[in-house]
Amino acid sequence: MTRLLKGMLFATTMFAPAGAVLAQDASLTIESWRNDDLSIWQEKLIPAFEAKNPGIKVTFAPMAPTEYNSAVNAKLEAGTAGDLITCRPFDLSLAMFQKGQLAPLNDLDGIKNFSDTAKSAWTTDDGKTTFCVPMASVIHGFIYNKKAFEELKVEVPKTEDEFFALLDKIKADGNYIPLAMGTKDQWEAATMGYYNIGPNDWKGEEGRKALIAGTQKLTDADWIEPYKTLAKWKPYLGDGFEAQTYPDSQNLFTLGRAAIYPAGSWEIAPFKAQADFEMGAFPPPVKKAGDTCYISDHNDIGIGLNAKGKNPEAAKKFLAWVASPEFATLYANSLPGFFSLNSTAVKMEDPLAQEFVSWRQNCKPTIRPSAAIVGRGQPNLDLEMWRVSANVINGTQTPEQAAAETQKGLDSWYKPAK
Amino acid sequence: MSDIDTADPEIAPIKRPVRWHILVFLAPAFLVYTAIMILPLIETLRLSLYNLVDGETVFVGLANFVTLFSDPRLAANFWNALGNNLIFFVIHMLVQNPIGVALAAMLSVSKLRFATFYRTAIFVPTLLSFVIVGFIWKLILSPIWGIAPSMMDWVGLKWMFAPWLGKPESALITVSLISVWQYVGIPMMLIYAALLNIPDEVLEAAECDGITGWSQFWKIKLPLILPSIGIISILTFVGNFNAFDLIYTVQGALAGPDGSTDILGTLLYRTFFGFQNQMGDRSMGATIATVMFLIILAGVSLYLFVIQRRMRRYQF
Repeated sequence: MTRLLKGMLFATTMFAPAGAVLAQDASLTIESWRNDDLSIWQEKLIPAFEAKNPGIKVTFAPMAPTEYNSAVNAKLEAGTAGDLITCRPFDLSLAMFQKGQLAPLNDLDGIKNFSDTAKSAWTTDDGKTTFCVPMASVIHGFIYNKKAFEELKVEVPKTEDEFFALLDKIKADGNYIPLAMGTKDQWEAATMGYYNIGPNDWKGEEGRKALIAGTQKLTDADWIEPYKTLAKWKPYLGDGFEAQTYPDSQNLFTLGRAAIYPAGSWEIAPFKAQADFEMGAFPPPVKKAGDTCYISDHNDIGIGLNAKGKNPEAAKKFLAWVASPEFATLYANSLPGFFSLNSTAVKMEDPLAQEFVSWRQNCKPTIRPSAAIVGRGQPNLDLEMWRVSANVINGTQTPEQAAAETQKGLDSWYKPAK
Repeated sequence: MSDIDTADPEIAPIKRPVRWHILVFLAPAFLVYTAIMILPLIETLRLSLYNLVDGETVFVGLANFVTLFSDPRLAANFWNALGNNLIFFVIHMLVQNPIGVALAAMLSVSKLRFATFYRTAIFVPTLLSFVIVGFIWKLILSPIWGIAPSMMDWVGLKWMFAPWLGKPESALITVSLISVWQYVGIPMMLIYAALLNIPDEVLEAAECDGITGWSQFWKIKLPLILPSIGIISILTFVGNFNAFDLIYTVQGALAGPDGSTDILGTLLYRTFFGFQNQMGDRSMGATIATVMFLIILAGVSLYLFVIQRRMRRYQF
């Protein structure tokens, strides 16, 4: 894999400039981790842009998600990165901007199409400079197999008690695995587990901001509670879930062997393509009927300008197009599940995506707690939460131990501003 | 004295032409080896003495090593990886090498039929890419799609099946055994060659003295193949402490569950290149690489200077 990484670095270093020289027109390369979206960029998005801007050639160059950050950083440092850099939200891109690798975009045409909340993921702490154009957010929830729910004559759960009663019923029936999730790859346990159901306990933004301010700790009851709920998921997961990988879980669900899939909205498009049954979705159940519901509506992807890029003018044209309502509609409909952050309302065709987005009306949105400010140090809080969430579900750590461990890691470098 | 200086040309040693061809033939290997092995090695050792301070690379002496061993989190990760690596090595020594010797001993029995077939079959996994081996075993052992659970069901052992790769207590052993399965052919081949080298006269003499069968193996053959076993041990040691690929394909860069399969190679990879939201740290990565280099160097030196010198060799 290292060899592959080096190969990619080498290839992009050697051949990217060669490509730029050969082409008469300005050519742009987009660095990205979304290798799942390669065909959509090549077949839909880029042709739409090139048709309107003759003379600019755009290449979408994705790589493996887990290697993206370190690889793109190495390329930026070596001066071989493409003109356009796909931005991870919050601290990672902020670090790039602070190093002068990303250009400020305050005066970009169309940046006014985004609300402050949308821009928050790619804006400096003082709120003055925005350095990436927000592209999309993802929403967490649960996707379920409608056919299975009809067979078992069960309803979508509203509260946590109903949720577990439902899981019991599915398990008793025995035809379906109640929950399709594994802990082998670790990240689902946190991303689709802890970050998904947690906001109901720590009250979304309120808890997240208190954590940053230092008035709450990860060892507080509100932050331990989601681990306790996760620990209760164990009996409802499939046999051998400890060795079940992310693709295993996806396949279990799309093959119709599992009833409920703890999900992020990015699953919608691939699930639509594979599953031959109707799917529905429900938000994370609340503790008691009537509680305010919170959802994780996470600014996930943006796009920025390489400060040392070769074609800044052409790249800015592209970014202005990304900021336009036209792109928003095109993107949201080619990739249902990636919800546009553009202030202009986007009409989405996909019912499942509409279902996800409809929760924004009743529930309060928040972002993943480990993404902003507390995600800057070593040990990385996000990776720590992956590990302990997996441990809690496996039963090798108690919720209290898990919370204590993450807080200890955070304490080792983070001093909240007083 | 002067008569030596003006010596008769017939007595003077024949002046041989400079043998340029030796240099010419050595040059490609020397240059390639220097460029892709020695320079990077020196550069890595050098990098471990530098660190980024305010965006500038500065010489920090041994500060990186102090951090590695004093920072509670880094030190814990390092000792965990080293411990796992030792277990990984011990399992290879206890399982792979004895099985390799046993297989070689069986193959060298002249009455064995299909010996060539067995030899090839056992050696083939060694030639397979670790990616293929990793994915095949991941699939075989998968609790969802794998054939291991159903095969164990046929013989009534389903209750013994567990998601071995996902349990902290069994994951490391499982990965080690996969690696043993892949590489058992190498000790087998080396020992097999050593066994074939034993002259028939020695064995015939032993037979005349009434030493046959098992006692012949223990008393005659084993002492004669000990140097080969030594070489295999040191190859296993170097291979295991440099291991990375199989763990990466089977368990991913996080070497889960809960770091239970994390060995020095995977720790180095995560530290140097970074993983997901954790940024790569070149200097700390180089520091870990240097420590790995020193561990391997110490092991190899111990073998070369202490063990190999005491080993008795027999000449025929």
